[in-house]
Amino acid sequence: MSHEVHARLEGVTRVYPAVAGNPPVHALGPIDLDLRKGEFFSIVGPSGCGKSTCMDVLAGLAPPTKGTVWFEDKRVHGNVPDGIGAVFQEDASFPWLTVEDNAAFGLRRAGVDAAEIRRRVEYALSFMGLKDFAKAYPAQLSGGMRQRVCIARTLVLQPRLILLDEPFGALDAQTRLLMGDELLKLWRETGATVLLITHALDEAAMLSDRIGAMSARPGRFLETVETGWSRDRDSRMLEGETFGHITGRLWQMLRSESKRAMGHEGGVA
Amino acid sequence: MAGTQATYSRKDHERAERLRYLGDIALVILGIVVVWQILHMLAGDVAISSPLATAIRAGELLGSANFWPHAGETAKALVYALVIALLIGIGVGTWLGAHKLSGAVAEPILVALYSLPKITLYPLILLIFGLGIEAKIAFGAIHGVIPVTIFTMNAVKNINRVFLRSARVMKLTTMQTVTRILLPATLPEIVSGLRVGFSLTLLGVVIGELFSSHRGMGFLVMRAIGLHDVSTMMAVTLILAVAAVAISSILLYIDNRLHRRT
Ligand SMILES: Nc1ncnc2c1ncn2[C@@H]1O[C@H](COP(=O)(O)OP(=O)(O)OP(=O)(O)O)[C@@H](O)[C@H]1O
Ligand SMILES: [Mg+2]
Repeated sequence: MSHEVHARLEGVTRVYPAVAGNPPVHALGPIDLDLRKGEFFSIVGPSGCGKSTCMDVLAGLAPPTKGTVWFEDKRVHGNVPDGIGAVFQEDASFPWLTVEDNAAFGLRRAGVDAAEIRRRVEYALSFMGLKDFAKAYPAQLSGGMRQRVCIARTLVLQPRLILLDEPFGALDAQTRLLMGDELLKLWRETGATVLLITHALDEAAMLSDRIGAMSARPGRFLETVETGWSRDRDSRMLEGETFGHITGRLWQMLRSESKRAMGHEGGVA
Repeated sequence: MAGTQATYSRKDHERAERLRYLGDIALVILGIVVVWQILHMLAGDVAISSPLATAIRAGELLGSANFWPHAGETAKALVYALVIALLIGIGVGTWLGAHKLSGAVAEPILVALYSLPKITLYPLILLIFGLGIEAKIAFGAIHGVIPVTIFTMNAVKNINRVFLRSARVMKLTTMQTVTRILLPATLPEIVSGLRVGFSLTLLGVVIGELFSSHRGMGFLVMRAIGLHDVSTMMAVTLILAVAAVAISSILLYIDNRLHRRT
């Protein structure tokens, strides 16, 4: 794998300004992060530590309070740069559109021609296992399926950097592993750089080239773990020994942080 | 597939629901007719004509060429008033919804206006618009615009933020965000506003016609009262009521369909 930097956060912090009597919230940082071109990077961390905030800043949806953001050697500010796709933690499927119209949404707005739209949407829907639901409305789907609609909607735009914020949060553990395999397939086929935010340590351990473990709020990287998986990995690695080592290492780091995030004293095992 | 069975039972369920719904409606109509008949027997022909006599008179009216220009006049005023109420209501509501502070200031004012008996404004309307159709349209629109504004304002204020963030990631222009995200996302609520606004607008138009007008359904009612023609007065009212209930039901149906998706 090349070590060419695809996106970079430099000394980034984000403080949500005070509103209506609430004090300002220091949500993130300062953090530094280099996403390598084509890698699969995951962020794990306790609830509320600033993971989603980190993604917003990286995507150009929220300005960093301090620091700079780079994507493909250009500074990110004010706008979402071309080539970034994002799937949010919340369900963002449009309830007024069918599954296929949801998937085609971005392409239509971008003025891509109809035949090409059909081709890409068909492919993305079958890839995400939604082919039989093309004419359904999101209200008729489960939460996990809606999240897949959002992934399909992002995929068809062929982003070079894909940001995924807990996309499988609504899934049971088994389906989640299978979706993980699909995600790996997608990553291999598109050659895109993937940033996955997850709270599931096993998911991060199984999917990623590298995993950034974040501290409790304000989120900072405690350590970046390299997994050393080959590119054609899949969920069968769960049976291996290395997998246990990685999750063990992650849990060791995050245990006290998670306690801290819950308001308990941290550090004292 | 496992889904098929669920679909069947849901269809059966929906059919049963619909039957029960129709049964309820029949019962309500029957109740109204019975009460009406009793009132007629108590008050006599001079005050309340019987359901049957009213229905016959309504049939005559519907078959007469003289009736339709009046119905057309009311319909025209109603449509204009609704369009104006929608345009202003959606415009103002969107603006208030997008600007939290002005929305917070405006809401209690709107609610106060909503409950204000707008008949007090009628002399003013007449002064401004004169005796023609314009006054009826204005008076109808005044009634309809407030619910449309309130519903639109709340829909815009409560729009799911993640839709707007999706719009930004997909690099939509401001215009595309308004027409492709904001409008469809708020449409169910706007239709609810229109549904509430519709009855009020019709009320406004007809009240406008009751006084100082020479055309329209309201005028027919007033003229019948002047002539002590009780059955005509009640027949016109009946036609109005049936039309209003029919249109309201259609709007309610659309409203429910749109809301079921969200
Ligand atoms: N718009 C906002 N205004 C003020 N504070 C915010 C805002 N959004 C997030 N925060 C705060 O910033 C902190 C980090 O939030 P963020 O959503 O980034 O956490 P997260 O790591 O994604 O959490 P989770 O795992 O629960 O999704 C939280 O304490 C949250 O309360
Ligand atoms: Mg989050």
